[in-house]
Amino acid sequence: MDEDDCMVDIAKFFLTFSQDESCGKCTPCREGTQRMLEIIERITTGQGVAEDIPRLERLAKLIRKSSLCGLGRAAPNPVLSTLTYFRAEYEAHIHQKRCPSLKCTALVHYEIDPVKCVGCTACARHCPVPCIAGKPKAPHVIDQAHCIRCGRCFSVCRFDAVHRA
Amino acid sequence: MVSLTVDGQVVSVPAGWTILQTAEEFGIRIPRLCYHPDLSLAGSCRVCIVDVKDMGHYMPACATKVWPGMIVQTNSPEIRQARRDIVELLLDNHPKECQTCERDGNCELQNLAYTLGVRERLFEGKRKNLPADETGLSVIREPNKCILCGRCVRVCAEVQGVCNLSQQGRGFTTAVAPAHGAAMDKSVCIQCGQCINVCPTAAFIERDGTDDVWAALADPNKHVVIQTAPSIRAAIGEGFGCPPGTPATAKMIASLRRLGFEGVFDTNFAADLTIVEESHEFIERLTGKGGPLPLLTSCSPGWISFLEKFYPSLIPNASSCRSPMSMMSALLKTYYARKIGRDAKDIYVVAVMPCVAKKFEARRPEHYLDGRPLTDAVLTTREAIWMIRSYGIDYWGLPDLEFWNLPSDVFDSPMGTSTGAADIFGTTGGVMEATLRTAVEKVTGKTGQQIEFTEVRAVEGLREVTVHMNGTDLRIAVANGLANARTVLDKVVAGTETYHAIEVMACPGGCIGGGGQPYPPRGTKVLDPGLLARRASALYAIDKDKEFRRSHENPDIKALYADMLGAPGSHAAHELLHTTYAPRLPRGILLRGDQ
Amino acid sequence: MTIASTDNWLQVAAAAQATLSPEIVEALARARADEHPDSHLISILHLVQGRFGFLSADRLDAVAQLLGMPTAAVTGVATFYHFFRLLPLGKYRISVCLGTACYVKGASEIADRLRQELGVDFGETSGDGLFTLEGARCLGTCGLAPVVMVGDEVHAKMTPDQIPAMLESYRRKP
Repeated sequence: MDEDDCMVDIAKFFLTFSQDESCGKCTPCREGTQRMLEIIERITTGQGVAEDIPRLERLAKLIRKSSLCGLGRAAPNPVLSTLTYFRAEYEAHIHQKRCPSLKCTALVHYEIDPVKCVGCTACARHCPVPCIAGKPKAPHVIDQAHCIRCGRCFSVCRFDAVHRA
Repeated sequence: MVSLTVDGQVVSVPAGWTILQTAEEFGIRIPRLCYHPDLSLAGSCRVCIVDVKDMGHYMPACATKVWPGMIVQTNSPEIRQARRDIVELLLDNHPKECQTCERDGNCELQNLAYTLGVRERLFEGKRKNLPADETGLSVIREPNKCILCGRCVRVCAEVQGVCNLSQQGRGFTTAVAPAHGAAMDKSVCIQCGQCINVCPTAAFIERDGTDDVWAALADPNKHVVIQTAPSIRAAIGEGFGCPPGTPATAKMIASLRRLGFEGVFDTNFAADLTIVEESHEFIERLTGKGGPLPLLTSCSPGWISFLEKFYPSLIPNASSCRSPMSMMSALLKTYYARKIGRDAKDIYVVAVMPCVAKKFEARRPEHYLDGRPLTDAVLTTREAIWMIRSYGIDYWGLPDLEFWNLPSDVFDSPMGTSTGAADIFGTTGGVMEATLRTAVEKVTGKTGQQIEFTEVRAVEGLREVTVHMNGTDLRIAVANGLANARTVLDKVVAGTETYHAIEVMACPGGCIGGGGQPYPPRGTKVLDPGLLARRASALYAIDKDKEFRRSHENPDIKALYADMLGAPGSHAAHELLHTTYAPRLPRGILLRGDQ
Repeated sequence: MTIASTDNWLQVAAAAQATLSPEIVEALARARADEHPDSHLISILHLVQGRFGFLSADRLDAVAQLLGMPTAAVTGVATFYHFFRLLPLGKYRISVCLGTACYVKGASEIADRLRQELGVDFGETSGDGLFTLEGARCLGTCGLAPVVMVGDEVHAKMTPDQIPAMLESYRRKP
């Protein structure tokens, strides 16, 4: 885990685990982890709003203090600790609609550098949509309106011409 | 005694008390949802959380026993916000249908949300979307309204011993349902409706019968009559703000007449008839001329369903008498029809019952006459209250006919007279006491025998007594709540105890605690023994005031036998007033050892 | 799906020999002799699933009847645990590791691709009955992340693009 990993996404990963393991007996854990997960999903898809951070903190505190068992009381910890140490990443997602580590699919986009692109057509052939146009041996272009941000072009380009931003 | 501090006050309570009990003793009612004093603890809703010093997390007041030196805070801004947020989380996964919900104004969740100050929704999101189960003839399941407090699961298992419901699945998608998530009509549900009573929301409700009744009332070709069960008069007033235990016979009759019923009859008459038939059957069996002993009563359809599903080997012991409701309907469509010169098919019989299982009973093929049900529609007490309100009848403004003795506030004739023995049918021990009142005179051949048999009034749920009758000791058991019935029946099946007669009523307290009775007013709890005792006291008060208190003394009953039936247990009586039962073994029966 | 129209234990047990196998009926008889038969429920369900691969409704009914427990409680337990399966397994069981290391290395893309290729979600079996897709919390082989297991075989350092070929290799197996 390094600077290439989004801490909001990591918090979402751990919360998904807690939510999946929530047995459903007590209200705070059963309903609360679901709501926290929804808020985090909103944030990672660029739909976060300023109130989401205090709401997450409010729910986290509730679940930690009033759940029936240890799983529920520990469920909000990943969110609380990432909020303590990586708050700026949450704020970047919410206010600038930007994922600093370029992990959150909905917040990144791909562009082809016309200088580096040699027109090998690999990206266009692998694009599942397809939304990449260009003649062989000429620079290719991504149609941003149709791009689903799967990153296939990024991973297949052998000339480092696809940029993620 | 344990000394502790609650909200800054040093208090002393017996060891073993919970924080909830302690706070209540000192005048603080901590909000609660899944807790019910008569059911096992769940501690799952977390609404009753309190702050206990040095615990690190909040403690559920219902499930935490006090300890010496404990410092409890029941209210603080943090606790208040936590409770408020918990209830909001429940609301966020609950349909926003309060205005169109059957329990609007009568819903514990709604009440809690208001009391705890949920004024906006901060965490709305996905809501569960499960199909409603409308297969039950009596009980409808609406899982989207369920907040998983588990009270229905516990009442079904612990009070009724049926264990039809359980939490199925896990986490956010948990649902309360019968085994395999099956439909109610494919389950071991006995349709008693106690789940409806204990549900804080409308996740369980009765199948609506009012539409059919409105339609029949508006049909000029139908002669629409209504009968009311013994326990209705003891509870219907609660729907109009009367304190529990207020007898309301006259206002009930007057209101029903205003609704447009052409005849308002008293199921009590048929209760008297049941006693005459059943005590005849009892004496036959005692003298070795009838079926097996112990005789099991058969008035409660939830109980009959339970018998057929869980104790099929005891079916021959059940009295063959139809329930009073079905006897009354049978007479209305034959005896009464002949008296007024109408065809049975023109007569539409409505029954107001404290019971939701009666809706199921009315559709049993055994209770059909010429392809049509004897009882066309069954309304619960709640539905009757709603119809009276919905019509716009000014219940309080109705002249208090009780004292004026106007004909419109007494039951219609023929079959208008009933004895005190019938009134007490509505409460536990009533059927047994009524049977004894008649049997003791029939057996001894003397009149003026004992009237009150207070020893059979099983207010605690189960009572086993010995009654002396003409030199014989009769072993009698009276049970209400089917878990109590299980205790007695297991002894019968195992042969460890012999009884002469067993009265079973499915619901706690008998019909007065039926699944169709009014929801308890705010602040009181369902199944409350005090509430049930007040309803019962209304019935005993009516009984005491009656001119006749033994069923066989009823002059209208004598007339009926003279006119039509001949004698108790005659062929004509059997044709019209008796029925049969059959084992119904669905999956998931509880075993009671090798037989 | 009543297995026997009786509440006599011996008759039900006799009828259940075929449904549950004699060994499991014997285990149920031992459990029943215990003071708390219901405490044996989970181990009995393990036996049934081990023998038949999944917990069918009729077997759950039989277990409930023979343990003397309400069926609602038995199906409540069976539907609660992720381990218990109510539907038959496919020929191959695909477990996608969703542990922390695999997740960081892209397990969610691999899971998405598997869902897309098989047209099923976690816990479901593909239409041809070949594959059952499941998520695993950690397979303990973090050095090989991201990891997919098919049956007993470990597929290490997977990429989404390798998925179609991997599935095809199993489809072609006799």
